[in-house]
Amino acid sequence: MADIAFEATGKSVEELLESAGQALMNTQVSDLKKIKAKTEKKIEIKSQNEERLLHDFLQELIFLKDAELLLVSKYEMKIYRTERGIMLKATLKGEPIDNTKHEMLVDVKAVSWHQFKLERVKNEWKAFVILDV
Amino acid sequence: MKPNFKKITDYIWEIGTDYKQGMLVPARIYASENVLNQMDMHVYDQVTNVATLPGIVKYAYCMPDGHSGYGFPIGGVAAMDIANEGVISPGGIGFDINCGMRLIRTDLTIKDVQPKIKELLDKLFKSVPAGVGSRGFVKLDAPTFRKVVEEGSEWCVNQGYGWKEDLEVTELGGREENANNKTVSDRAVERGKDQIGTLGSGNHYLEIQHVKEENIMDKQLAKKWGIFPDQIVVMFHCGSRGFGHQVATDYLNLFLDVMESKYKIRILDRELACAPFNSPEGQNYFSAMKCAMNMSFANRQTILHRVREVFSEVFQTDAEKLGLHQIYDVAHNRASVEKHDVDGTMKELIVHRKGATAAFGPGRPEVTKKYGEDGQPVIIGGSMETGSYLLVGAETGAQTWFTTAHGSGRTMSRTEAKRRYRGDQLQKDMAQRGILVKTNSLAGLAEEAGAAYKNIDEVIESAHAAGISRKVVKLIPIANVKG
Repeated sequence: MADIAFEATGKSVEELLESAGQALMNTQVSDLKKIKAKTEKKIEIKSQNEERLLHDFLQELIFLKDAELLLVSKYEMKIYRTERGIMLKATLKGEPIDNTKHEMLVDVKAVSWHQFKLERVKNEWKAFVILDV
Repeated sequence: MKPNFKKITDYIWEIGTDYKQGMLVPARIYASENVLNQMDMHVYDQVTNVATLPGIVKYAYCMPDGHSGYGFPIGGVAAMDIANEGVISPGGIGFDINCGMRLIRTDLTIKDVQPKIKELLDKLFKSVPAGVGSRGFVKLDAPTFRKVVEEGSEWCVNQGYGWKEDLEVTELGGREENANNKTVSDRAVERGKDQIGTLGSGNHYLEIQHVKEENIMDKQLAKKWGIFPDQIVVMFHCGSRGFGHQVATDYLNLFLDVMESKYKIRILDRELACAPFNSPEGQNYFSAMKCAMNMSFANRQTILHRVREVFSEVFQTDAEKLGLHQIYDVAHNRASVEKHDVDGTMKELIVHRKGATAAFGPGRPEVTKKYGEDGQPVIIGGSMETGSYLLVGAETGAQTWFTTAHGSGRTMSRTEAKRRYRGDQLQKDMAQRGILVKTNSLAGLAEEAGAAYKNIDEVIESAHAAGISRKVVKLIPIANVKG
């Protein structure tokens, strides 16, 4: 129970990733509106499939929070299919943690594989994720 | 499905191998009946999943503070026979590798400290950064950080962040040998290199605690270890920060890739991803885990240095003259190679302890020289409202590979705690009860409310009565820096 679980949905993989990214950010910061899009970071992630990509993407957000103190509020994303799987090219916009402005909640340590699930139901992508905090 | 428990004693409950297909050994939960009934269903499911892992011997254990985790339950303990294709599993150690506890004694009494408590707390809050994204005063480049993860607390002491004697009272001397920095990724280094000397967030904390006379349970041993009535001690709880979390993540993903295809191992939960201990992947993870162990030892060593600086400044006296000696430092998320008696044969085992503390009895080679005759000190962090414990390992602990609890264990989810309690109100209520709290996150404070945890006294009594550790002293918080 030292964890937070969330469900995310999206009509496309891009939408799903954005929605999951916001849920992860919201676990760490109480008010997402207070994260201004002051700086940007371009990332590229290659994964075996959609499920692994979701995991890798959330791990990337955790990495950027620790390594660069970056909190993200805007996501511009594009998915490409490749021979080996799937690739995400994204521009993430946000700003560094500022304790005088952002009410921080708890560090997310990792994205757990426990009960981790991504499925396509009719025309919608649906994910269940547990974060270790 | 709730298992049919077989009652072994008043404090040991067994789940047979017929509970689930694939169980190689039974599971055993150490708890009073009342504590057992407070555990969530996931604990039973997870501990029996652990019982299916290749090479496991005797039992899959769960300690009295057990609660739902990933893969292993928190409080989960399992030993695998290395010679019999035993596996190593990052899920049996946890993301926060070497999350652990350190306890510092002082010569100060409650009367000395009470008038200065606010000043102490304010200065500790400044010197020991806490909360999301906190960074420490030690600024390192990547190559130096890579040196730290090989040398642990020794590196700190060589830099002047601590005393040589600190190493003698830290588990493993504060340094895991054979930690090869080449087995950790650049990403792990990037995540962790600015975080030495920081508490982190969640249930991590630094506390000033009071030794009340009536709470000293083993007067003789307490006296020998430098504990006396009305004394003030300092305890803190933290781990390997982003570095350890990334090491665990990197290797979980690697194991998921090779486990079935290369080693034909099938598991019931992806968080139980594992590899044979004696495989290249298993050995690399073991080395990387040791690097994270060392990062965490260095983290707590640096925090100790800051604590000494603060006390020295506030009391205008050298830390040495104030008697700020470390009692012990011990991990509760780790795996280690140990020799144990398995049904009359000494075997080399890889023992996983996740949210469980080693509690070696007198005479075991793991016990540091200073405590050789007494048994190893065990530090148990309770919730910030109810108190913590110092215990000692016992000979009868052999039944759980010399392992006991690590805390009180949650009974309420973070979301539920936040719904029920308000951080600002809790802070005021606690101040009225004589516990000052300082935090960057009042919402985070609500999640750590005492009522979100099991009763620590019952948890410790279960461990004591079962013979896996003995009580020495209970410690009551008077000030808390909450992560």
